[in-house]
Amino acid sequence: MAEVQVYGVWCSAFVRRVEMGLKMKRVEYEYIEEDLKNKSDLLLKYNPIYKKVPVMLHNRNVLVESLIILEYIDEVWEGPPILPKDPYERARARFLAKFIDDKLPSMWKACWSAGEEREKLIVETREALKILENELKGKKFFGGDSIGLVDITANFIAGWFLGLHESVGLQIMTQENFPNLMKWAEEYSGNSFIKENMPDKEKLVAHYKILKTGAQS
Amino acid sequence: MAGSGVKVLGSWSSPYSNRVQITLNLKSIDYEFIEENFYMSNKSERLVEANPVHKKIPVLIHDEKAISESLVILQYIDEAWTSNGPTILPSDPYDRAIARFWASYIDDKWFPWLKELEKASGDEGAIVGNIFEGLMVLEEAFVKCSKGKDYFGGDNIGYIDVVLGSYLGWIKVIETGFGLNLLDETRIPGLTRWAQRFCSHDAAKDVVPQTDKLVQFFMMVQATKTNSSSG
Repeated sequence: MAEVQVYGVWCSAFVRRVEMGLKMKRVEYEYIEEDLKNKSDLLLKYNPIYKKVPVMLHNRNVLVESLIILEYIDEVWEGPPILPKDPYERARARFLAKFIDDKLPSMWKACWSAGEEREKLIVETREALKILENELKGKKFFGGDSIGLVDITANFIAGWFLGLHESVGLQIMTQENFPNLMKWAEEYSGNSFIKENMPDKEKLVAHYKILKTGAQS
Repeated sequence: MAGSGVKVLGSWSSPYSNRVQITLNLKSIDYEFIEENFYMSNKSERLVEANPVHKKIPVLIHDEKAISESLVILQYIDEAWTSNGPTILPSDPYDRAIARFWASYIDDKWFPWLKELEKASGDEGAIVGNIFEGLMVLEEAFVKCSKGKDYFGGDNIGYIDVVLGSYLGWIKVIETGFGLNLLDETRIPGLTRWAQRFCSHDAAKDVVPQTDKLVQFFMMVQATKTNSSSG
Protein backbone atom coordinates (compact mmCIF):
# COMPACT_ATOMS: atom_id res chain seq x y z
CA MET A 1 0.00 0.00 0.00
CA ALA A 2 1.28 3.46 -0.88
CA GLU A 3 2.44 5.61 2.01
CA VAL A 4 -0.01 8.34 1.00
CA GLN A 5 -3.51 7.87 -0.39
CA VAL A 6 -6.04 10.49 -1.41
CA TYR A 7 -9.74 9.73 -1.73
CA GLY A 8 -11.43 12.23 -3.98
CA VAL A 9 -13.61 13.07 -6.93
CA TRP A 10 -12.12 14.48 -10.13
CA CYS A 11 -14.27 17.60 -10.16
CA SER A 12 -13.76 18.74 -6.56
CA ALA A 13 -11.71 21.85 -5.96
CA PHE A 14 -11.19 20.77 -2.35
CA VAL A 15 -9.62 17.48 -3.42
CA ARG A 16 -7.38 19.29 -5.94
CA ARG A 17 -6.10 21.51 -3.13
CA VAL A 18 -4.74 18.48 -1.31
CA GLU A 19 -3.18 17.10 -4.50
CA MET A 20 -1.62 20.48 -5.13
CA GLY A 21 -0.01 20.48 -1.69
CA LEU A 22 1.37 16.98 -2.21
CA LYS A 23 2.69 17.82 -5.68
CA MET A 24 4.41 20.95 -4.38
CA LYS A 25 6.30 18.82 -1.90
CA ARG A 26 6.93 16.14 -4.54
CA VAL A 27 5.15 13.52 -2.45
CA GLU A 28 4.03 10.41 -4.32
CA TYR A 29 0.50 9.32 -3.60
CA GLU A 30 -2.13 6.89 -4.72
CA TYR A 31 -5.38 8.52 -5.86
CA ILE A 32 -8.70 6.73 -5.38
CA GLU A 33 -11.77 8.06 -7.20
CA GLU A 34 -14.96 7.94 -5.14
CA ASP A 35 -18.52 7.82 -6.39
CA LEU A 36 -20.37 10.28 -4.15
CA LYS A 37 -23.72 8.74 -5.04
CA ASN A 38 -22.45 5.42 -3.79
CA LYS A 39 -19.87 6.13 -1.12
CA SER A 40 -17.39 3.40 -0.36
CA ASP A 41 -17.27 1.69 3.03
CA LEU A 42 -13.73 2.95 3.43
CA LEU A 43 -14.77 6.58 2.93
CA LEU A 44 -17.54 6.25 5.48
CA LYS A 45 -15.10 4.59 7.87
CA TYR A 46 -12.45 7.30 7.47
CA ASN A 47 -14.81 10.26 7.54
CA PRO A 48 -17.84 9.19 9.55
CA ILE A 49 -18.81 12.69 10.65
CA TYR A 50 -18.83 14.50 7.32
CA LYS A 51 -18.75 11.55 4.85
CA LYS A 52 -16.94 13.78 2.35
CA VAL A 53 -13.86 13.96 0.21
CA PRO A 54 -11.00 14.72 0.34
CA VAL A 55 -9.67 12.16 2.78
CA MET A 56 -5.94 11.68 2.99
CA LEU A 57 -4.22 8.70 4.54
CA HIS A 58 -0.58 8.98 5.54
CA ASN A 59 0.70 5.72 6.95
CA ARG A 60 -1.90 5.17 9.66
CA ASN A 61 -2.98 8.79 9.95
CA VAL A 62 -6.42 9.68 8.60
CA LEU A 63 -6.95 13.31 7.70
CA VAL A 64 -10.00 15.22 6.50
CA GLU A 65 -10.83 18.85 5.62
CA SER A 66 -8.65 20.31 2.87
CA LEU A 67 -7.19 23.24 4.81
CA ILE A 68 -6.31 21.03 7.76
CA ILE A 69 -4.66 18.57 5.38
CA LEU A 70 -2.64 21.36 3.72
CA GLU A 71 -1.26 22.49 7.09
CA TYR A 72 -0.34 18.87 7.86
CA ILE A 73 1.42 18.47 4.51
CA ASP A 74 3.39 21.66 5.18
CA GLU A 75 4.46 20.43 8.60
CA VAL A 76 5.41 16.91 7.60
CA TRP A 77 7.25 17.31 4.31
CA GLU A 78 10.21 19.47 3.26
CA GLY A 79 9.99 21.50 0.10
CA PRO A 80 8.49 24.81 -1.02
CA PRO A 81 6.50 26.23 1.92
CA ILE A 82 2.72 26.34 1.71
CA LEU A 83 2.47 28.80 4.60
CA PRO A 84 4.85 31.71 5.20
CA LYS A 85 7.34 31.60 8.08
CA ASP A 86 6.41 34.84 9.83
CA PRO A 87 3.61 34.42 12.44
CA TYR A 88 1.71 37.51 11.30
CA GLU A 89 1.92 36.48 7.63
CA ARG A 90 0.76 33.00 8.60
CA ALA A 91 -2.21 34.51 10.43
CA ARG A 92 -3.02 36.63 7.37
CA ALA A 93 -2.86 33.56 5.11
CA ARG A 94 -5.12 31.54 7.41
CA PHE A 95 -7.56 34.44 7.67
CA LEU A 96 -7.83 34.78 3.90
CA ALA A 97 -8.08 31.02 3.34
CA LYS A 98 -10.98 30.86 5.80
CA PHE A 99 -12.54 33.91 4.18
CA ILE A 100 -12.46 32.25 0.77
CA ASP A 101 -13.90 29.02 2.14
CA ASP A 102 -16.72 30.89 3.89
CA LYS A 103 -17.62 32.72 0.67
CA LEU A 104 -17.41 29.70 -1.63
CA PRO A 105 -21.00 28.49 -1.07
CA SER A 106 -22.47 31.85 -2.12
CA MET A 107 -20.09 32.11 -5.07
CA TRP A 108 -21.24 28.70 -6.18
CA LYS A 109 -24.91 29.48 -5.59
CA ALA A 110 -24.57 32.76 -7.48
CA CYS A 111 -23.79 30.73 -10.60
CA TRP A 112 -26.94 28.63 -10.33
CA SER A 113 -29.63 30.83 -8.88
CA ALA A 114 -32.04 33.21 -10.54
CA GLY A 115 -33.94 36.42 -10.01
CA GLU A 116 -33.67 38.43 -6.82
CA GLU A 117 -31.73 35.76 -4.97
CA ARG A 118 -29.16 35.73 -7.74
CA GLU A 119 -28.77 39.50 -7.68
CA LYS A 120 -28.17 39.39 -3.95
CA LEU A 121 -25.59 36.61 -4.29
CA ILE A 122 -23.79 38.42 -7.08
CA VAL A 123 -23.44 41.51 -4.89
CA GLU A 124 -22.12 39.37 -2.05
CA THR A 125 -19.69 37.56 -4.35
CA ARG A 126 -18.36 40.79 -5.81
CA GLU A 127 -17.80 42.22 -2.34
CA ALA A 128 -15.77 39.17 -1.45
CA LEU A 129 -13.83 39.29 -4.70
CA LYS A 130 -13.02 42.94 -4.08
CA ILE A 131 -11.19 42.01 -0.90
CA LEU A 132 -9.13 39.43 -2.77
CA GLU A 133 -8.56 41.90 -5.60
CA ASN A 134 -7.04 44.40 -3.16
CA GLU A 135 -4.94 41.70 -1.55
CA LEU A 136 -3.29 41.01 -4.89
CA LYS A 137 -2.11 44.60 -5.47
CA GLY A 138 1.51 44.48 -6.58
CA LYS A 139 1.71 40.72 -6.16
CA LYS A 140 1.94 37.91 -8.66
CA PHE A 141 0.36 35.42 -6.28
CA PHE A 142 -1.37 35.77 -2.92
CA GLY A 143 1.73 34.08 -1.54
CA GLY A 144 4.01 36.68 -3.18
CA ASP A 145 6.37 35.43 -5.85
CA SER A 146 5.28 31.85 -5.45
CA ILE A 147 2.02 30.13 -4.67
CA GLY A 148 0.95 29.53 -1.11
CA LEU A 149 -2.00 28.52 1.00
CA VAL A 150 -4.30 31.28 -0.20
CA ASP A 151 -3.56 30.63 -3.89
CA ILE A 152 -4.28 26.94 -3.44
CA THR A 153 -7.46 27.70 -1.48
CA ALA A 154 -8.55 30.11 -4.22
CA ASN A 155 -8.16 27.42 -6.89
CA PHE A 156 -11.93 27.33 -7.12
CA ILE A 157 -11.92 30.85 -8.49
CA ALA A 158 -9.26 30.20 -11.12
CA GLY A 159 -10.64 26.93 -12.40
CA TRP A 160 -14.18 26.26 -11.38
CA PHE A 161 -15.69 29.71 -10.99
CA LEU A 162 -14.25 30.97 -14.28
CA GLY A 163 -15.11 27.67 -15.95
CA LEU A 164 -18.72 28.16 -14.90
CA HIS A 165 -18.60 31.71 -16.24
CA GLU A 166 -17.93 30.23 -19.63
CA SER A 167 -20.49 27.46 -19.55
CA VAL A 168 -23.33 29.39 -17.92
CA GLY A 169 -22.51 32.73 -19.54
CA LEU A 170 -21.81 34.73 -16.39
CA GLN A 171 -20.39 38.21 -15.99
CA ILE A 172 -19.75 38.25 -12.25
CA MET A 173 -15.96 38.45 -12.50
CA THR A 174 -14.59 40.21 -15.54
CA GLN A 175 -11.35 41.77 -16.75
CA GLU A 176 -12.96 45.14 -16.27
CA ASN A 177 -14.04 44.86 -12.68
CA PHE A 178 -11.36 42.49 -11.32
CA PRO A 179 -8.17 42.92 -13.36
CA ASN A 180 -5.81 41.69 -10.59
CA LEU A 181 -7.82 38.54 -10.00
CA MET A 182 -8.12 37.80 -13.72
CA LYS A 183 -4.35 38.20 -14.11
CA TRP A 184 -3.79 36.00 -11.07
CA ALA A 185 -6.15 33.35 -12.46
CA GLU A 186 -4.28 33.35 -15.75
CA GLU A 187 -0.92 33.00 -13.96
CA TYR A 188 -2.28 30.32 -11.68
CA SER A 189 -3.93 28.24 -14.41
CA GLY A 190 -1.22 28.89 -16.97
CA ASN A 191 1.63 27.63 -14.82
CA SER A 192 2.33 24.19 -16.22
CA PHE A 193 2.88 22.65 -12.81
CA ILE A 194 -0.52 23.87 -11.70
CA LYS A 195 -2.15 23.04 -15.04
CA GLU A 196 -1.59 19.32 -14.41
CA ASN A 197 -3.53 19.74 -11.22
CA MET A 198 -6.63 21.32 -12.71
CA PRO A 199 -9.37 19.19 -14.17
CA ASP A 200 -9.69 19.26 -17.93
CA LYS A 201 -11.58 22.49 -18.65
CA GLU A 202 -13.77 21.06 -21.39
CA LYS A 203 -14.69 18.06 -19.29
CA LEU A 204 -15.57 20.40 -16.40
CA VAL A 205 -17.64 22.72 -18.57
CA ALA A 206 -19.51 19.75 -20.07
CA HIS A 207 -20.10 18.36 -16.58
CA TYR A 208 -21.58 21.66 -15.43
CA LYS A 209 -23.80 21.96 -18.48
CA ILE A 210 -25.30 18.61 -17.55
CA LEU A 211 -25.66 19.66 -13.92
CA LYS A 212 -27.34 22.90 -14.94
CA THR A 213 -29.85 21.12 -17.14
CA GLY A 214 -30.51 18.74 -14.30
CA ALA A 215 -30.91 21.62 -11.85
CA GLN A 216 -33.44 23.32 -14.06
CA SER A 217 -35.55 20.25 -14.82
CA MET B 1 8.85 41.58 26.11
CA ALA B 2 5.55 39.93 27.02
CA GLY B 3 2.73 42.42 27.03
CA SER B 4 4.24 45.19 24.96
CA GLY B 5 1.48 46.60 22.78
CA VAL B 6 -1.03 43.79 23.17
CA LYS B 7 -4.68 44.73 22.99
CA VAL B 8 -7.84 42.70 22.62
CA LEU B 9 -10.97 44.22 21.13
CA GLY B 10 -13.65 41.96 22.49
CA SER B 11 -16.58 41.48 24.78
CA TRP B 12 -17.00 39.74 28.13
CA SER B 13 -20.06 37.94 26.72
CA SER B 14 -18.50 36.57 23.55
CA PRO B 15 -17.09 33.04 23.62
CA TYR B 16 -14.80 33.96 20.72
CA SER B 17 -13.38 36.83 22.69
CA ASN B 18 -13.17 34.68 25.83
CA ARG B 19 -11.03 32.08 24.13
CA VAL B 20 -8.47 34.72 23.15
CA GLN B 21 -8.38 36.04 26.72
CA ILE B 22 -8.00 32.54 28.15
CA THR B 23 -5.14 31.75 25.79
CA LEU B 24 -3.31 34.98 26.63
CA ASN B 25 -3.81 34.18 30.32
CA LEU B 26 -2.41 30.67 29.81
CA LYS B 27 0.69 32.21 28.30
CA SER B 28 0.91 34.87 31.03
CA ILE B 29 0.76 37.61 28.42
CA ASP B 30 -0.41 40.99 29.69
CA TYR B 31 -2.94 42.76 27.53
CA GLU B 32 -5.32 45.65 27.51
CA PHE B 33 -8.92 44.56 27.11
CA ILE B 34 -11.21 46.93 25.25
CA GLU B 35 -14.91 46.18 25.50
CA GLU B 36 -16.82 46.61 22.24
CA ASN B 37 -20.60 46.74 21.87
CA PHE B 38 -20.45 44.21 19.08
CA TYR B 39 -24.18 43.52 19.01
CA MET B 40 -25.07 47.08 18.02
CA SER B 41 -25.27 47.77 14.32
CA ASN B 42 -23.00 50.80 14.44
CA LYS B 43 -19.56 49.43 15.17
CA SER B 44 -16.86 51.58 16.68
CA GLU B 45 -14.37 53.20 14.32
CA ARG B 46 -11.65 51.39 16.18
CA LEU B 47 -13.22 48.00 15.41
CA VAL B 48 -13.90 48.82 11.78
CA GLU B 49 -10.30 49.93 11.33
CA ALA B 50 -8.94 46.82 13.03
CA ASN B 51 -11.22 44.39 11.19
CA PRO B 52 -12.46 46.05 8.01
CA VAL B 53 -13.41 42.75 6.36
CA HIS B 54 -15.79 41.42 9.02
CA LYS B 55 -16.13 44.27 11.51
CA LYS B 56 -16.30 41.67 14.27
CA ILE B 57 -14.67 40.86 17.56
CA PRO B 58 -12.34 39.52 18.70
CA VAL B 59 -9.37 41.32 17.25
CA LEU B 60 -5.90 40.95 18.70
CA ILE B 61 -3.61 43.90 18.22
CA HIS B 62 0.06 43.12 18.66
CA ASP B 63 2.82 45.58 17.78
CA GLU B 64 0.18 47.57 15.92
CA LYS B 65 -0.80 44.64 13.69
CA ALA B 66 -4.38 43.42 13.81
CA ILE B 67 -5.32 39.77 13.71
CA SER B 68 -8.96 38.62 13.43
CA GLU B 69 -10.88 35.32 13.63
CA SER B 70 -10.53 33.60 16.98
CA LEU B 71 -8.94 30.36 15.74
CA VAL B 72 -6.44 32.32 13.67
CA ILE B 73 -5.64 34.42 16.73
CA LEU B 74 -5.12 31.36 18.94
CA GLN B 75 -2.61 29.92 16.49
CA TYR B 76 -0.92 33.29 16.15
CA ILE B 77 -0.47 33.52 19.92
CA ASP B 78 1.11 30.06 19.91
CA GLU B 79 3.50 31.02 17.12
CA ALA B 80 4.38 34.58 18.12
CA TRP B 81 5.19 33.86 21.76
CA THR B 82 7.46 30.88 21.82
CA SER B 83 8.92 31.18 25.29
CA ASN B 84 5.71 31.55 27.27
CA GLY B 85 5.03 28.03 28.37
CA PRO B 86 3.71 25.05 26.41
CA THR B 87 2.00 25.59 23.06
CA ILE B 88 -1.74 25.16 23.11
CA LEU B 89 -1.59 23.17 19.91
CA PRO B 90 0.23 19.84 20.23
CA SER B 91 3.70 19.52 18.73
CA ASP B 92 3.05 16.43 16.60
CA PRO B 93 1.62 17.30 13.13
CA TYR B 94 -1.06 14.61 13.23
CA ASP B 95 -2.18 15.59 16.74
CA ARG B 96 -2.32 19.18 15.50
CA ALA B 97 -4.54 18.11 12.62
CA ILE B 98 -6.83 16.30 15.07
CA ALA B 99 -6.99 19.37 17.29
CA ARG B 100 -7.87 21.58 14.32
CA PHE B 101 -10.48 19.07 13.20
CA TRP B 102 -12.28 19.08 16.55
CA ALA B 103 -12.10 22.87 16.82
CA SER B 104 -13.74 23.12 13.42
CA TYR B 105 -16.37 20.51 14.34
CA ILE B 106 -17.22 22.35 17.56
CA ASP B 107 -17.43 25.77 15.89
CA ASP B 108 -19.00 24.86 12.55
CA LYS B 109 -21.15 21.84 13.29
CA TRP B 110 -21.92 21.49 16.98
CA PHE B 111 -22.32 25.00 18.42
CA PRO B 112 -24.62 26.12 15.57
CA TRP B 113 -27.15 23.58 16.92
CA LEU B 114 -27.27 25.51 20.17
CA LYS B 115 -27.82 28.75 18.27
CA GLU B 116 -30.66 27.05 16.37
CA LEU B 117 -32.41 26.38 19.69
CA GLU B 118 -32.41 30.09 20.45
CA LYS B 119 -34.28 30.75 17.22
CA ALA B 120 -37.25 28.76 18.59
CA SER B 121 -38.33 27.53 15.17
CA GLY B 122 -40.58 24.77 16.57
CA ASP B 123 -38.15 22.03 15.69
CA GLU B 124 -36.68 21.81 19.18
CA GLY B 125 -36.89 18.02 19.49
CA ALA B 126 -34.71 17.32 16.50
CA ILE B 127 -32.24 20.07 17.40
CA VAL B 128 -31.85 18.84 20.98
CA GLY B 129 -31.30 15.34 19.57
CA ASN B 130 -28.46 16.66 17.45
CA ILE B 131 -26.93 18.52 20.39
CA PHE B 132 -26.89 15.39 22.52
CA GLU B 133 -25.53 13.29 19.69
CA GLY B 134 -22.76 15.82 19.22
CA LEU B 135 -21.94 15.71 22.93
CA MET B 136 -21.52 11.94 22.71
CA VAL B 137 -19.13 12.43 19.79
CA LEU B 138 -17.19 15.01 21.81
CA GLU B 139 -17.14 12.72 24.85
CA GLU B 140 -15.47 10.08 22.71
CA ALA B 141 -13.03 12.66 21.38
CA PHE B 142 -12.24 13.73 24.93
CA VAL B 143 -11.47 10.17 25.98
CA LYS B 144 -9.19 9.67 22.97
CA CYS B 145 -7.38 13.00 23.17
CA SER B 146 -6.98 13.25 26.95
CA LYS B 147 -5.67 9.68 27.30
CA GLY B 148 -6.85 9.60 30.89
CA LYS B 149 -5.56 13.06 31.77
CA ASP B 150 -7.45 16.19 32.79
CA TYR B 151 -7.79 18.00 29.48
CA PHE B 152 -8.09 17.39 25.74
CA GLY B 153 -4.56 18.76 25.70
CA GLY B 154 -3.39 16.24 28.33
CA ASP B 155 -1.93 17.66 31.54
CA ASN B 156 -2.42 21.23 30.36
CA ILE B 157 -5.26 23.12 28.73
CA GLY B 158 -4.87 22.91 24.96
CA TYR B 159 -6.50 24.14 21.78
CA ILE B 160 -9.65 22.00 21.92
CA ASP B 161 -10.11 22.78 25.62
CA VAL B 162 -10.06 26.51 24.94
CA VAL B 163 -12.40 26.24 21.95
CA LEU B 164 -15.03 24.12 23.68
CA GLY B 165 -14.46 25.63 27.12
CA SER B 166 -15.19 29.13 25.85
CA TYR B 167 -18.77 28.01 25.15
CA LEU B 168 -19.43 26.76 28.69
CA GLY B 169 -21.04 30.00 29.85
CA TRP B 170 -23.59 29.86 27.01
CA ILE B 171 -24.09 26.10 27.42
CA LYS B 172 -25.24 26.77 30.98
CA VAL B 173 -27.57 29.53 29.75
CA ILE B 174 -29.16 27.09 27.30
CA GLU B 175 -29.50 24.50 30.07
CA THR B 176 -31.26 27.06 32.28
CA GLY B 177 -33.40 28.54 29.52
CA PHE B 178 -34.58 25.25 28.03
CA GLY B 179 -34.54 23.04 31.10
CA LEU B 180 -31.95 20.74 29.58
CA ASN B 181 -29.22 18.81 31.33
CA LEU B 182 -26.51 18.92 28.69
CA LEU B 183 -23.51 18.35 30.95
CA ASP B 184 -24.99 15.19 32.39
CA GLU B 185 -22.52 13.09 34.35
CA THR B 186 -24.38 9.87 33.65
CA ARG B 187 -24.24 10.38 29.88
CA ILE B 188 -20.96 12.23 29.41
CA PRO B 189 -18.91 11.75 32.58
CA GLY B 190 -15.60 12.75 31.04
CA LEU B 191 -16.83 16.05 29.64
CA THR B 192 -18.90 16.92 32.70
CA ARG B 193 -15.90 16.66 35.00
CA TRP B 194 -13.71 18.38 32.41
CA ALA B 195 -16.13 21.31 32.33
CA GLN B 196 -15.84 21.82 36.08
CA ARG B 197 -12.05 21.64 35.92
CA PHE B 198 -11.91 24.07 33.02
CA CYS B 199 -14.16 26.67 34.64
CA SER B 200 -12.11 26.65 37.82
CA HIS B 201 -8.73 26.87 36.08
CA ASP B 202 -6.88 30.10 36.84
CA ALA B 203 -6.71 31.11 33.18
CA ALA B 204 -10.46 30.67 32.67
CA LYS B 205 -12.22 31.30 35.95
CA ASP B 206 -12.46 35.07 35.60
CA VAL B 207 -13.20 34.91 31.90
CA VAL B 208 -16.03 32.38 31.45
CA PRO B 209 -19.05 34.54 32.29
CA GLN B 210 -21.49 33.80 35.10
CA THR B 211 -24.76 32.26 33.93
CA ASP B 212 -27.10 34.88 35.42
CA LYS B 213 -25.08 37.73 33.92
CA LEU B 214 -25.25 36.09 30.50
CA VAL B 215 -28.98 35.48 30.79
CA GLN B 216 -29.51 39.17 31.59
CA PHE B 217 -27.32 40.11 28.64
CA PHE B 218 -29.23 37.78 26.30
CA MET B 219 -32.58 39.31 27.33
CA MET B 220 -31.18 42.80 26.84
CA VAL B 221 -29.96 42.02 23.33
CA GLN B 222 -33.32 40.44 22.44
CA ALA B 223 -35.10 43.57 23.70
CA THR B 224 -32.79 45.76 21.63
CA LYS B 225 -33.58 43.71 18.53
CA THR B 226 -37.34 43.92 19.19
CA ASN B 227 -37.17 47.68 19.77
CA SER B 228 -35.19 48.32 16.64
CA SER B 229 -37.44 46.22 14.46
CA SER B 230 -40.82 47.51 15.65
CA GLY B 231 -42.26 50.83 14.47
